[in-house]
Amino acid sequence: MTRTALDATIADSHVVVVAGSGGVGKTTLSAALAVRAAVEGRRVAVVTIDPAKRLSDALGLAGDSAVGNDPVRIPLDDARGELWALMLDTRSTFDALVDRYSPNAEQAQRIRSNLFYKNISGALSGTQEYMAAEKLYELNGDDRFDLVIVDTPPTRQALDFLSAPARLRRFIDHPLYRIVIAPSSIGLRAVSAVSQPVLRTIAKVVGAQALDDALAFFKAFQGLDAGFRQRAHDVDRVLREPSTAYVVVTSGQAEPVAEATYFIGELASANVVVSLIVANRLMPHFGDGDDSLPASLLDNLRELADERRAEESNLMALSTARPDTPWIRVPLVPELVDERLDTLAALRLLGRALGDAD
Amino acid sequence: MDPKLFLSASRVFIVAGKGGVGKSTVAATLVTAARQVGLTSLLVETDGKPLLVDGAGDQGLTAQTITPAEALAEYLDRSGLGRISRRLVTSGIVDVVASASPGIDHLLVLGKVKQLERAGAADVIVVDGPAAGHALTMLRTPRALADSVVVGPIKQQANDVLAMLNDEARCQVVLVTIPEPTPVNEAVETAFSLEEDIGVRLAPIVVNRVDANPSIHVPDGVAADSAAARAARFRNDRIAGHARCTDDLARRLPLPQIRLPLDTSATLDERTQHLLRAIEDLDGDMR
Repeated sequence: MTRTALDATIADSHVVVVAGSGGVGKTTLSAALAVRAAVEGRRVAVVTIDPAKRLSDALGLAGDSAVGNDPVRIPLDDARGELWALMLDTRSTFDALVDRYSPNAEQAQRIRSNLFYKNISGALSGTQEYMAAEKLYELNGDDRFDLVIVDTPPTRQALDFLSAPARLRRFIDHPLYRIVIAPSSIGLRAVSAVSQPVLRTIAKVVGAQALDDALAFFKAFQGLDAGFRQRAHDVDRVLREPSTAYVVVTSGQAEPVAEATYFIGELASANVVVSLIVANRLMPHFGDGDDSLPASLLDNLRELADERRAEESNLMALSTARPDTPWIRVPLVPELVDERLDTLAALRLLGRALGDAD
Repeated sequence: MDPKLFLSASRVFIVAGKGGVGKSTVAATLVTAARQVGLTSLLVETDGKPLLVDGAGDQGLTAQTITPAEALAEYLDRSGLGRISRRLVTSGIVDVVASASPGIDHLLVLGKVKQLERAGAADVIVVDGPAAGHALTMLRTPRALADSVVVGPIKQQANDVLAMLNDEARCQVVLVTIPEPTPVNEAVETAFSLEEDIGVRLAPIVVNRVDANPSIHVPDGVAADSAAARAARFRNDRIAGHARCTDDLARRLPLPQIRLPLDTSATLDERTQHLLRAIEDLDGDMR
């Protein structure tokens, strides 16, 4: 039997980044990929972001104890490998970084209690992407796992995730940051002429209090920047390693397909090759009915076939735009939509459907 | 109710919903529907992406894009800081400014929308809001900034935007969801949060891609594993699931529903007709 593109992706990668617009089953698919990889013998850690309650329950991520810090092992009877899962907590991931690079506990505390820090380490856009990348890096270096699967945050732009380390670096290297920390090292008088109009302008825009908080943060951050910069560099390297695979998920609906096409184009412009496109939640193929059946049954077969054709025609645009990217079609697993059924069992079904898909 | 009345009840409609529910398509459909009933309309994109709606080009539909960076530059210009504003924006200081006061980017984008509204840019301005939870964050921003900033232009801007959000003749939010459990849960949470935290008027909720057909009877003689029987079961499960979800939504959220049919191959024009009919079916005094 020839190896499918999916199995190749699972078997050969150390990291799998799952991207796509919201609502296409990205989080569930990440979990199903992880289940499948674990069944196949790999030691997998899957990082999910804001999973639906049902999925987090199924993965044993319910309750505060499982959130954020360390993956929890999920028992899988028939797996030759291991399945671990964690739900990304942006804030505590950021806190851990601050603790790691602070020369002492007092400085870490000063940063963590700063209002500006609280703002940027919370739900601010960009931070979540960076912390997902950071978690990926950390788990990639953890001997317990040989495969890390990351469900990316539902970003506005595909590149938000990929460019997150660079943005953090830019932030640290920012002229404003240098202006702010400069006084303590080269003397206040020399820089104040440059910095004052800029600071005054910023204060006008954001308010003086917000600016004071930011300045206090940058001052407290002194000494940590080298560590952060190096870390961002390392994370960036892992994101671009050949053993890091990118999987783009879409459904067959016009809007997600258009988004996926745009997405893959953006990734390509950043020299990132997408290993696999997963067309998820597609209308199953039922086959034909014979003419003696009641009209209502035949109508239904025809209508569902029409839906399937419409999805195919949407997807055709994607395969025309990206003829070289392998992809698989995964039919809808109704059990995953129906809230009344056991999700882990449904994940296995999806995992199997992934294996059967061509 | 009369679609023209419905669509002119408010100058600005902010369309919000989780990714993948067809939010951009619904926004585009609102714009074309407004045109069909003789209103001028404008589509505004806020997430810096090109308009990704099938058939939009054929309808001559283009979107005006507002990005935080441009909104900031414009804002600085208007605040009499034109000379340095360009440098601030190009040097990336906008990143830091935005970080220094979270939500400022959202406020500036909404401020620009408010400016279009005040200028009477069109009878109907439809804002394709940011995806997922970002919409809620965006709409919460003016209240948070109005409460936390004491004086200055930001305070003024936040108050102005808040005044627009709190006036239903000026602005309403159209939530979009699909009849599946997770999107419905999210829509309910978002709706309550929007009304309670922000005080913005919610238009009828759009439930997109509803299979509302009658269920299909499978006679005894048809083999259970035949294509026809499996297809009928699949269809019936979907119809029942959608009915459960729309009922659940109606029970938990006291908003009229605009149900749009599941029609994967519909053109923008067909979608527009669907929407206009669904609006006509709405009870006039429910809103």
